[in-house]
Order: sequence, then C-alpha cells, then structure tokens
Amino acid sequence: MDNEFRRELIIDNCRNPFHKKEVKDKEFIKANTNNESCIDNVDLYVKVKDGIIVDAYFDGEACAITTSATSIMLKNIIGKSVDDARNLMQEYYKMINEEEYDSSKLGEFNAYQDISKQASRKKCAILPFQTLEKTFKIYESEK
Amino acid sequence: MNREDFLMFKNNPDLIYFDNGATTFKPKCVISAINDYYTKYTANSHRGDYNLSLKIDELYEGTREIVKDFINAKSSKEIIFTKGTTDSLNIIVFSFMRYYLKKGDEVLITKAEHASNVLPWFELEKEIGIKVNFIPLNENHEVTLENLKKVINKDTKVVSLAYITNVIGDVRPIKEIAKYLHEKNILLCVDGAQSVPHMKTDVISDDIDFLAFSAHKMLGPTGIGVLYAKEKYLELFKPLIYGGGMNARFESSKEVEYKELPLRLEAGTSNIAGVLGLRSAILYLEEIGLNKIEKYEHELREYLVSRLKEIPNVIVYNEFSKSGIVVFNLEGVFAEDTSRYLNHYHICVRAGNHCTKMVKDEIKVKNTCRVSLYLYNTKEEIDKFIEVLKDNKKLFEVIL
Repeated sequence: MDNEFRRELIIDNCRNPFHKKEVKDKEFIKANTNNESCIDNVDLYVKVKDGIIVDAYFDGEACAITTSATSIMLKNIIGKSVDDARNLMQEYYKMINEEEYDSSKLGEFNAYQDISKQASRKKCAILPFQTLEKTFKIYESEK
Repeated sequence: MNREDFLMFKNNPDLIYFDNGATTFKPKCVISAINDYYTKYTANSHRGDYNLSLKIDELYEGTREIVKDFINAKSSKEIIFTKGTTDSLNIIVFSFMRYYLKKGDEVLITKAEHASNVLPWFELEKEIGIKVNFIPLNENHEVTLENLKKVINKDTKVVSLAYITNVIGDVRPIKEIAKYLHEKNILLCVDGAQSVPHMKTDVISDDIDFLAFSAHKMLGPTGIGVLYAKEKYLELFKPLIYGGGMNARFESSKEVEYKELPLRLEAGTSNIAGVLGLRSAILYLEEIGLNKIEKYEHELREYLVSRLKEIPNVIVYNEFSKSGIVVFNLEGVFAEDTSRYLNHYHICVRAGNHCTKMVKDEIKVKNTCRVSLYLYNTKEEIDKFIEVLKDNKKLFEVIL
C-alpha cells in the first residue's frame, strides 16, 4: 500500500471514525480493553444474533493506531458471522506477527502491514480485535 | 546545571529528558558510591565484628544522620529506610493508621493525589470502616486552607496530601495546613515524592507528622526511600515485616523482644547499596543547594510556560503552578500520539494519567503530556522542544 494513501486512511479513520458512540442498549455486549502498556481505553459494543454480528460501535480515548484500526474493524465485521470475523482476525494477526498472510483478504487493514517494525505499536494495532474476542467469549458463554 | 556529572547525557548526546517526575538521572558520584560498595567494601550491616562490617555500619547509620539533617528531623530514630514512597505510605497506613483510626473516622485526601496516597486509604476504608473523603480543589485545581476548613469536621482525624502533586504540580501550603490541623488534633501525612527532590524540606518548621519520599526521583538509586514520622507516632508503628535485624531476642518459649527504633521497622538485610547511593545523592544535592535548585527550576518553568503560549493549539492545564511540572495537550491530539511524536526527536515526556486517575474529574481530561524538569535541564532544551512542538502539523506524518 502506498505510504501516502496508508497514512491518509489511518488519519481519516482516526478523525472521522466509523460507529464511534456510547451504546446503552442492553442487547449489545460491552467489553473494554485497557492496554497495559499504554493508555488506550476502548469500549466495544457488539450485538450478535444467531452467530451474526448485526451491529457494533466503539467509544473511548485511544491513540491514532487503535482508533483507526477499531474504525476499520467495525466497517469490516458488521454483517459477518462470528466465525468469519475470527478468520479475518487470524489473517490480520498473521500480518501483524510477520507471518505469511493473504493480503487480498485484508483490504484496508493492509495499512498496518509495517506496524510490526514498531514493537510498542503492535499492541495498539491488535487492541480492537482483542476486545472483539472478549465480546465473542461473553456471547458464547451466554449462549 | 552540572550536566557534565551525568553520564546519561554523554552516552545519549541528543536526548532531551523531561520525565524527571517519573525518575531522574544519576550523577557519577552516586554510581561510584554503589559501585564502591560492591567492589571495595561489601559486607552486611549490624552484624560482624570485622572491620568491613563496621565500616558499613558507620556508612549506613551515618546516612540516617544525613537524611535526618536533610529534612531537618529531630532524631535519626525518626528515619526508616524503605523501598520508596509507595512503600513508606503503605507502612504509614497499615502499620499505624490501621490501629490509630477507628470505624467512622475520616481521612481527607484530594482527587489529585497519586495512586499510592489513595489506594492504601481505600483499602483501609474497606478493612476497618474509616471514611475517605476529598478536599475540594479551587479553580486552578489547588488545595487551599479555606477549602480544607470547609470540609473538616468532628470525624476528621487525618489529612494526607502530596506536598507537590505529580500532575497539577501545585505546591501545597503545608505549613499553614499543619498549623490549622494540629490546633484540631488532626494528623498530617505528606507525600514528598515530588517535593523533597526539588525544594528544602523542613519537617520541624512545617510541623509534618509523617513524610514519605523516594531516592530515585532525587538523583539516587531505585528501590530505596524514606519514611519519616515523629518519634511519638513511630514508636506506635507495629512492624509489617518480622525476621532478622529487627528482633532483640526470641526463645523457644515464644518469648520475643524486638529492637528499639529505627531497626524494629527494618527487618531483613537492607538495601545497603541503595542507602549508600541515597547518601551520595543527598550530599550532591546539598552541595549545589536545594534553594538554588528550586529557583533554577522555577525560572525554567516560567520560560517553558511562556514559550508554550506561542503555540496556538497547545492547551496548558496548570499554568499557575509553581513547581517544575507542566501538563499540556495539543488540541485534538491524543496525548500518547504527542509523546510519540516528541520521542521521534529524542524528547522524553510522559503521556497518560500519571497514576493519578481521579484528577480527570478535576481537569476534565483523562490523558495529558507531562514535562517535569530538573536541575540539569536547560533553556536550550526547552527551545528545541518548542521548535518541535511548533511543527506539530506534521505529527501524523512522523508517527504513522
């Protein structure tokens, strides 16, 4: 991905994040991930019905990487099944961990392909999916 | 001043270190003091009859005298070596307050206190049913005697405050507060972590009942700190740790006798290297003069604040504080992104809530960047910092 385009994509998702608001509806599962190594503090709200993510939002204060990655994640998981979201997560983790991955599956997530070069920022980049996984665990335990 | 004494600058020539509220660099003399202990006269203290051990006793107990004079305590028996400020505050709460306070007694703190002057009290509240309440702060987020007077009531038994807070950086009127509290038989506990390194401390003149501070924030090593308490209170401290060094004798009949102060509260082999490092740090600071350091830092701070005003999108949260702590944000930029941008230019500032998680209720912002200055910082460093901050249009270009 072109460097300028990559930066613009991150900044745009950071300044105009997708689905960023507090949700009070009890049908949404809420999870928070305070990143222990930094100060990102994100609440994720996910509504799952019959194994399908029907809606999702996030709220909180976080750095540009975490905010943008959460925005991009939400754009890409709504309407997907939990299993498909987990497959996407696995592919994304492979990229972040510098393993072999299929970039055609990752779309805008390719903006973070070089993040592994900065160890401290890897944690920010995986924070959205870590939080998402928490909501899935809650969903599965309540099923 | 004195930059040539700090090897960190020699080894990191481009570094601008503005995180002295977190920890400080060590001058060569402190490193030598620790090194000498491990290479020239290693021995345990308070044990042997051989020369090496006696030399350590002299240095170790001599340091207690030096600390006593440094904070102007009455007696070296009032000085206990601990792991640091957090340890000291916990000992005050759990060795003394746990027995001194009764259910329903009130302890007053503020929302600007560091976690270590909050959480021990919260725990004691759960444990024995004291009430922990907050002194309201004024519009500059400072404690005033007037505000304190408004909330003091018949149940108030202890007030526990930082002398200088680690986010707002305000210097509390401790002497006036102590005078008022003592007229009402209320005890004053002071967290000196951010004040003792930066100004002359006088526990007699200020009439402080309890004081905690750390060596590593005042050019000394990590893992060593001081607990001061007036002797009449320290005598009542029930040890939290039992074992060697603190007992006078014990028998199979379970008959036990503990040592007098201060050793009763220092069980186990002490951090001797740490104590010797602290000794060297105090002597170093005293040679420069605490008043001179305070004046210099104040000048630097005024200069920094005036220069920050040149940048339109900088918000300073504690313009009127007197200490070397300045907290700010770039408008619309998350504090951690700002600190990463500065890091690109080898400028170290702290981003976050600075272990002061309740202060967000006061300054209405959760995370900030903090510059905390010390004697070796310079106006030239501030100029470089301002130059980089002024250029913040390219922040995302740099960090992404």
